[in-house]
Amino acid sequence: MRYGNVRRRFSFKDSDPDFIREIQSSDFIGRFRCCYSCGTCTAGCPVHRVNKDYDPLRIMRMLVLGLREELVKGDMIWLCSDCYTCQENCPMEVKITDIINHLKNLATHEGHAPLGVSTQEKLLKDQGKIYIIDEFDNKKREKGGLPSLPAMAEEAKRLLRRK
Amino acid sequence: MEKGIMKYGLFLGCTIPARSRNYELSARAIASRLDLEFIEIEDFACCGFPLEASDEMGALLLGAMNLCLAEEKGLDICALCSACASMLTKTAYHLDNDQKLKEKVNRELAKIDKEYKGTVKVKHFARILLEDVGLKRIKRETKRDLKGLKVATHYGCHYLKPSYIYEGFDDPQDAQTLELILEAVGVSNIQYRRKKDCCGGPVLLSDEEVALRVTEEKLRNVKEAGADCMNLVCPFCSLMFDANQKGIETKSGIEFDIPVLYLPQIIGLAMGFSRKELGLNLNSVNTKELESALEASRLS
Repeated sequence: MRYGNVRRRFSFKDSDPDFIREIQSSDFIGRFRCCYSCGTCTAGCPVHRVNKDYDPLRIMRMLVLGLREELVKGDMIWLCSDCYTCQENCPMEVKITDIINHLKNLATHEGHAPLGVSTQEKLLKDQGKIYIIDEFDNKKREKGGLPSLPAMAEEAKRLLRRK
Repeated sequence: MEKGIMKYGLFLGCTIPARSRNYELSARAIASRLDLEFIEIEDFACCGFPLEASDEMGALLLGAMNLCLAEEKGLDICALCSACASMLTKTAYHLDNDQKLKEKVNRELAKIDKEYKGTVKVKHFARILLEDVGLKRIKRETKRDLKGLKVATHYGCHYLKPSYIYEGFDDPQDAQTLELILEAVGVSNIQYRRKKDCCGGPVLLSDEEVALRVTEEKLRNVKEAGADCMNLVCPFCSLMFDANQKGIETKSGIEFDIPVLYLPQIIGLAMGFSRKELGLNLNSVNTKELESALEASRLS
């Protein structure tokens, strides 16, 4: 995976004010403009510790500057492990992890999700669960005294079916 | 004071019934001694968590559908997986606090003749052990002292986070709950560097190398502290620390050899359940040495 471009200079011409307004309009995640760049998020991040290209503070700054394209088309957001460390540590109570999650949704919507993520989504919508419980699984379950389970979740499949 | 039989709809999620039967076996085993009755709800689907990054609304719908299934039976939910517990709790939190969102979700649920009302409570298995069963009761069922067993607990992320959904249950900055339960069965809880760190699991789908490096960091810290084994409460974390441990050893050249047990496996050992009853034979890192060390200390 490439994490190119994360260190390059940004131009204000790339800023998208509508994007800032869009995120800000959500009561739930709109507090991101309170970020004063203290860096507590990045300091505690377990992913940053093993890969310096991943930097939640940088994501927050890019958001404040409205750099939608960079965020949504870039690979950085997909390195977030969803562990909520940054969010729990943030002195301004910015919902950093929830915001990054929302950015992943925007990226997916525009076709920028990593293959693993889109494959999993398709699998889930086709089956209602990630793993099908086949006859072999159920045999092993019964042998251990565990109740057998249906192969797929039919109701969930109906619920998620596209109109 | 006995509370009588406590009934819960058991939410297994996707990973546990297919890949982590050791967790399910041990949880059911100890539950049978603690007056917990698990009711099977066949239509339970995925909790929605794996959809959160790609389809927030779909994730919420799945979460809500599962909540409805428990509501129809008048049951609260016991989740074994931390991600499931988190997703279902988060769904209830959002639906209960946002009327518009609840109406929108209910319009979708109507297609499968369901309606979310908000009468169901979701709890992680460990929280049930602590709050509903109680430490006294667990202590009373302990047949064998695990004194001297040095356990490094990994709380993981979604068991306690995001904290805004969990109504002040434990403190993710200084978590205690899992260790309190272990203390009740005589275990020596040991501390290690960066105990709060994530297992790396959710990054697997987008960058395996980075994910496994996060796991390796934690294994190093646990090893450095001299733990006999790890304790955890999530099948995703187990996948990273247990199933992937051999691969990380090969790659890093470090021999970890740290058995990774689920909380009910450790409690089950204290209660005197057998290796097979607790599914210890299904763990990736061999636990035999650990078991015989316990056996030896018991006899001495």
